[in-house]
Amino acid sequence: MKKHFNLWSILTIATALLLTVPLWVLVSFVFEPTNENWTHLADTLLPEYIINSLWLMLGVSIGTLLLGIPSAWFISQYHFVGKRVFHWALLLPMAMPAYIIAYTYTGLLEFEGPVQSALRTLFETQTVNLWFPEIRSLGGAIVMFSLVLYPYVYLLARSAFANQSHSVMQASRTLGAGPYKTFFKVALPIARPAIIAGLTLALMETLADFGTVQHFGVATFTTGIYRTWTGFGDTTTTAQLSILLLVFVTVLMMVEFWSRKQAKYFTNPNQQSNLTLPTLTGGRAVGAFTLCLIPILFGFILPALQLLDWSINVASTSLNSEFFTLVWNSFSLAFITALVTVSIALLLLYAKRSQNNKMVDHSVRVASLGYAIPGTVIAVAVMIPFAWFDNTLDAWSRETLGISTGLLLSGTLFALIFAYSFRFLSVALQSIGSGLSQIKPSMDESAKTLGASHWTILKRIHIPLLSSSLVTAFILVFVEVLKELPTTLILRPFNFNTLSVRAYEMAADERLADAGLPALLIVITGLIPVIILSKLIGKRHA
Amino acid sequence: MRELQINQIKTTYQNTTILENLSLHLKAGEIGCLLGPSGCGKTTLLRSIAGLQPIAQGEIRLGEQVVSSSQTHMAIESRKVGMVFQDYALFPHMTIADNIRFGIEHFTKKEQQERITSLLELVDLSGKEKRYPHELSGGQQQRVALARALAGKPQILLMDEPFSGLDVELRESLARQVRCILKAEGITALMVTHNQNEAFAIADSVGVMKEGDLLQWDTSYNLYHKPNHPFIADFIGQGVLIKGSVCGCRQVHTELGVLNAHLTDDYVTGEAVSVLVRPDDIIHNDDSQWELEVVNRVFRGSHFLFTLKLANGEQVLCMSQSHHNHEIGSKIGVKLEMDHAVVFPLQKKHHAENLTPLPSCP
Repeated sequence: MKKHFNLWSILTIATALLLTVPLWVLVSFVFEPTNENWTHLADTLLPEYIINSLWLMLGVSIGTLLLGIPSAWFISQYHFVGKRVFHWALLLPMAMPAYIIAYTYTGLLEFEGPVQSALRTLFETQTVNLWFPEIRSLGGAIVMFSLVLYPYVYLLARSAFANQSHSVMQASRTLGAGPYKTFFKVALPIARPAIIAGLTLALMETLADFGTVQHFGVATFTTGIYRTWTGFGDTTTTAQLSILLLVFVTVLMMVEFWSRKQAKYFTNPNQQSNLTLPTLTGGRAVGAFTLCLIPILFGFILPALQLLDWSINVASTSLNSEFFTLVWNSFSLAFITALVTVSIALLLLYAKRSQNNKMVDHSVRVASLGYAIPGTVIAVAVMIPFAWFDNTLDAWSRETLGISTGLLLSGTLFALIFAYSFRFLSVALQSIGSGLSQIKPSMDESAKTLGASHWTILKRIHIPLLSSSLVTAFILVFVEVLKELPTTLILRPFNFNTLSVRAYEMAADERLADAGLPALLIVITGLIPVIILSKLIGKRHA
Repeated sequence: MRELQINQIKTTYQNTTILENLSLHLKAGEIGCLLGPSGCGKTTLLRSIAGLQPIAQGEIRLGEQVVSSSQTHMAIESRKVGMVFQDYALFPHMTIADNIRFGIEHFTKKEQQERITSLLELVDLSGKEKRYPHELSGGQQQRVALARALAGKPQILLMDEPFSGLDVELRESLARQVRCILKAEGITALMVTHNQNEAFAIADSVGVMKEGDLLQWDTSYNLYHKPNHPFIADFIGQGVLIKGSVCGCRQVHTELGVLNAHLTDDYVTGEAVSVLVRPDDIIHNDDSQWELEVVNRVFRGSHFLFTLKLANGEQVLCMSQSHHNHEIGSKIGVKLEMDHAVVFPLQKKHHAENLTPLPSCP
């Protein structure tokens, strides 16, 4: 009989619990009575938050499905000119955070921007205002989110289409169904769980967004939470608003969980690929080409060019020591966070692997919840217990020792790194977990039978096999931290600026061109995980 | 059901010729089987018939209709072929009943229901109509795939390695069941496999393919007893080739003595040839005066398979009852029970090199 709780298990469970303390504190506010701010909110803004969020979710669903599914279908089923590039290039918009693409389109489409200027020149009307759709609107936000979030749908749909046994579709044809019936009654329904899983991820990102909706003036939960927190300083109402947002998120998580479970049944384990894909020619090839080009063009190329243009314009004045401090702050913060997060993930996963303990498994699962929780909510959740701790300690210290301890946790980098680690732990867990799953326990056992010590096993087997997924996890967390806006905005120490905060502040001041340089740097760094991702997929296909 | 006529077809894949000049005729209601090692083109042939693959030359006819030729390629969905895929290709998001219904949605509701009920009865899966594919065992899924392919009363049923995903013990019995079902429905069917036991269990005629050629299209009996190619002699059953020479009068002279043989006129007297000797041609008999040395032996449960050395060093296989446990190195009595020897032109690879059941230890 194995011992159920040893030091390692307890350490693991404690780590997971500690990491999630802010979440439990936040959720406990559900028992707190509402105050007059809540009443006011419920009467005025709350319905707007809910309606806007629902519209956003509906619009982004339609947008991401329209952009993601056709491209995934053509890439997975046919050969056509440009396919090899589109295969990975369709992932490029993932490098573009939604708030950054929002800034670029604001710049591209504003009155003085290149598009409207060109139109005025074309129609030779200098003064008359052409009717032009307002990008800073709910509809605009939907378009922005769709352009950068469709890769989630594309990725999962493409692998679902590709993993469907081709014989399933051939079987449909031999049973008398034409191509359309085959697509709508066989291929699409089989891919549906995977597509829904991708869609829920896109919708979670939509709900988590702060920068875009703030810039476009679309009132949603995240802007509401930020406003209540910074404007009113009302902890209770902020927490309760956060809980309401978490209800939305929880529903999405449940749908995602259910879809992934369903998807397992819908892939054919016996499948074999002996197939050459048909080649599209003529009009069909042009159609497929265009369908794949549109999302890349509008989701990456155009905004990236705009960022480049802004950056070049301000480079001479902006590439100063202030900017390099910004870069140093961002990169060192991301580096430390990635290191911490990867270490925690390693601890949790090795405990899970070696302990064979239900409690450990559960705590690992709970610790990975962060990915679903919006950055704004995590920031608030971290702030509440940390501020309470600081205040309590400070009060006690002043009373008994006569000295003020000040802010030890809140308002320091510690709070920020803590919040990031919780938010992005699942990224590291997934990456390292998949690496670790390749090291079968039987490998350890066979090494032991060959006379290897624990140290030798670690050095000769685990480290070589795990190193690439460790590096991947590190980079993924690094880039996520670099991109993250609301958590940084709320938790950063006084006078501590990062690239994302700088871009936000410049855009908020209507100095879009000055937002270009930090934004461009974020996007360029964001390309690294996209490259890793496409390489990983390429390897799996080879 | 229709007859299948394949006339001198050629197929290519990425500029390599897979099949060339291949012809085949399957009578209406007959069950045929293509047998061969992987990569011999048998699946390509099946896919050409289904329309999953175009052909470059020749023609494929179902009944009177040309479905594939160098000019025409009838759409897959119009051919009315039923196909059972190697991975079954059941639609995972549909129930068993809906899977079977898929190809007969143009029937009336009542007809659909009747067809589904009778097919499920036929494949012994009554009461499973509401289940999903992943809830069934491999053998059950296989039978659903068969029922689905049969539902629309196809002109011909094609099966691509239909039993390969199943346990070895299940395969032969399921093949017999499928044969009964096909005969009950009177279906013309063509199956592809690399397993001769499956082929013998299911088919009226079997074709052996090698590197894109259909070497022989015949009954199982003839493939074993009258193979027209050394490859078939090797592929089907066991045996070795020994040297011989034609000595006229439809006879060959070998180390085993003078044997009666089926000889074509191509052979001239005195010509060196290879002669096929099956393990069941040489029977162990303790009373026999003729004794040979045991070089190797394999216990097969129901029998022993001995490798025996002839006087000139050539080796042959011999079957004996399983209680005749003779040591390696001892001499055992044998009798020749060969009706007609099978003769091939002289082969480069002789003796037992690639024909022994198992290599012996040095």
